[in-house]
Amino acid sequence: MSATDTASASAPVDNQLGAVRAGLKRRHAQERRFQMIGLAAVFAALAMVAVLFGSVLFKGMPAFWQSTLHLQISLNADVIDVGPPPVQKAGQNPAEFEAELTDWRRALARVSWNKILEKAVRGVLPADLADAKTRDIVGIVASGERYALRDMVLEDPSLIGQTIDVDLLADANVDNWLKGNIDRSLGQSRQQLSPGEQEIADALAEKGVITQSFNTGIFFNVDSRSSPASAGLAGAFMGSLYMMLVVIMLAVPIGVASAIYLEEFAPTNRFTDFIEVNINNLAAVPSIVFGLLGASIFINWMHLPLSAPLVGGLVLTLMTLPTIIIATRGTLRAIPPSIREAALGLGASRTQMVFHHVLPLAIPGILTATIIGVAQALGETAPLLLIGMNAFVASVPSSPMDQATALPVQIYLWQGNENFNFFEARTNAAIIVLLGLMISLNAIAILLRQRIERRW
Amino acid sequence: MNDISHSPSAAKATATKAPPEVPQESAAVPKMRAEKVSVHYADKQALFDVDLDVPENQVISLIGPSGCGKSTFLRCLNRMNDTIDIARVSGHITLDGENIYDKALDVVELRARVGMVFQKPNPFPKSIFENVAYGPRIHGLASAKRDLEEIVATSLQRAGLFNEVKDRLDEPGTGLSGGQQQRLCIARAIAVNPEVILMDEPCSALDPIATAKVEELIDELRENYTIVIVTHSMQQAARVSQRTAMFHLGYLVEEGPTDMMFTNPTDKRTQDYITGRFG
Ligand SMILES: Nc1ncnc2c1ncn2[C@@H]1O[C@H](COP(=O)(O)OP(=O)(O)OP(=O)(O)O)[C@@H](O)[C@H]1O
Ligand SMILES: [Mg+2]
Repeated sequence: MSATDTASASAPVDNQLGAVRAGLKRRHAQERRFQMIGLAAVFAALAMVAVLFGSVLFKGMPAFWQSTLHLQISLNADVIDVGPPPVQKAGQNPAEFEAELTDWRRALARVSWNKILEKAVRGVLPADLADAKTRDIVGIVASGERYALRDMVLEDPSLIGQTIDVDLLADANVDNWLKGNIDRSLGQSRQQLSPGEQEIADALAEKGVITQSFNTGIFFNVDSRSSPASAGLAGAFMGSLYMMLVVIMLAVPIGVASAIYLEEFAPTNRFTDFIEVNINNLAAVPSIVFGLLGASIFINWMHLPLSAPLVGGLVLTLMTLPTIIIATRGTLRAIPPSIREAALGLGASRTQMVFHHVLPLAIPGILTATIIGVAQALGETAPLLLIGMNAFVASVPSSPMDQATALPVQIYLWQGNENFNFFEARTNAAIIVLLGLMISLNAIAILLRQRIERRW
Repeated sequence: MNDISHSPSAAKATATKAPPEVPQESAAVPKMRAEKVSVHYADKQALFDVDLDVPENQVISLIGPSGCGKSTFLRCLNRMNDTIDIARVSGHITLDGENIYDKALDVVELRARVGMVFQKPNPFPKSIFENVAYGPRIHGLASAKRDLEEIVATSLQRAGLFNEVKDRLDEPGTGLSGGQQQRLCIARAIAVNPEVILMDEPCSALDPIATAKVEELIDELRENYTIVIVTHSMQQAARVSQRTAMFHLGYLVEEGPTDMMFTNPTDKRTQDYITGRFG
């Protein structure tokens, strides 16, 4: 290479370096810009989640602490004049005994529990309220609590004649009044609590008879209309749990099996293309359409019961299947083909290849897919409204065939309750429970995934 | 490398020029024989009427420029092309005289008899032991655990890996170095005791030392196995193989004893390729 060659060759190199350097600044700026945008997006998302969770927590937490009366109630035998419960006498016909027992229970139910409550409350009222009206006094206690009291005695008849300490929920409007959920300056015509009740509530709160105590009823009670203060989530929770069981037992095996078949075994032809397109379409179908489908197939045609978690679970299964199939296929597709070739090249059959090599690697991804699907199903409301799961159900379902509602539907129902002041907190509390359930589901999946990944 | 036996196809491929030595075993049946093998990927033809014999207990190397169909041909020999949806194979391939594309022949059995080592080492993400034990286990070659351990140990020994890994058989095979992984894959392939081993550029990811080890191994394996190897290295072909087949654009250009192919190729394209004029 001659000197002139070197010179002429170095000129473009200089230029090139210059060009690269000139561009570098722009490129770095571009990179920084992109990083900033990304970071901003992440923070915006985080902030929104924080606002959402914060507002739900802020509004929902008060529902877990509810106005509760701590009373001493004397279950005097002269008020509860039903005598001791019948005992089966030797040689007595069982049917006869059964009839006696029923009579005793009826008598117990007829006891004037209101009077017992009134007496207990009057006992703690300050002197200046001695002439309070009976209606106002009884109205302080949540109406469901007299049945709770009755059930206590039914369960333990030895209480008759004793004086017991009990915690009774105050009426929903008392709770509103004391928590300040109601504007006290509004005219009396617009207050839900009568003036007499207002005075009693304030007096009892001042004396410490009514305090804000942790309310387990929200977890263990069922929904209630007549006694909103005792409305709880037990029924909806069990309904959701049954539906999740149905979804996990149906959607996961079916979805994973179809994904494996489509990805690993099915030939690519018109037919499988057609199926593929339709699975993708199905994933995009609005969930309420699945509700319509469920109503017409499972209820009208197969005559499964209305409002049953089984039907809800089936509908949610239909809705979840495409999600699980698509996500599982994605996982399977991400597994390097070299693993498959290695197995096949050794003479493994396709089934052996899938079950010995592909699936073990895919399980973490499949778990994630499952969780996404199940969490989606857990929060779904619209399709359940169409199969009657928005009915008012005042019992805990004991099987997936019983009438039930679901957590998101309960949220929807409470949100629409006319006593909004009281139910706003309840609604948010239900959201907290739902979120808690989802977070624990996710945690389980993450734990499982870690365990499996470590083992390979 | 003078122990060359001549199969009929040698005479055919070098038809324009009579072979210098008279074929001594022209009647011997080759281990595998391909006749008029064509392969289409969808509408594109990748192999055109390839006729090739694979003689028993020899190493035959397939050479040719990139994309000429070497891997495609290799994958026909144990029907790995079946796993590619768009691939269509026509023609006739026999193993010990049996048509391997026959409906009656089980592809699982075929692959147990014709093993394969891939270009990129692809150990299973399982322990070293499991990697080697997997083949014998699925084919039921070992009934007792002791037998299985025995197979694993001898396979690793023959692949020249045993001393390096004997203390960590329960560690993941993916944690080995590239060269060790490739020898693990070879051990895995010979653990099922196949009759033919297909190797697709087994040394392309290896350093010279690991390459030398694998080549040594191939030379030893020849005693018991028939080996077909795809390679881009002329030196490697010359070192390990007794016969060489040259592919170009989907056609088998010529095939013959390795030393003849390298010293005295008949076809202009072979000449150009081995002297590095195209590739
Ligand atoms: N799975 C496939 N789908 C479509 N075309 C393919 C496929 N595999 C190979 N081909 C085509 O077939 C031809 C031969 O490919 P092949 O892999 O056999 O070449 P090769 O000789 O092994 O090349 P290399 O030396 O680069 O590995 C190429 O043109 C390639 O594009
Ligand atoms: Mg190749």
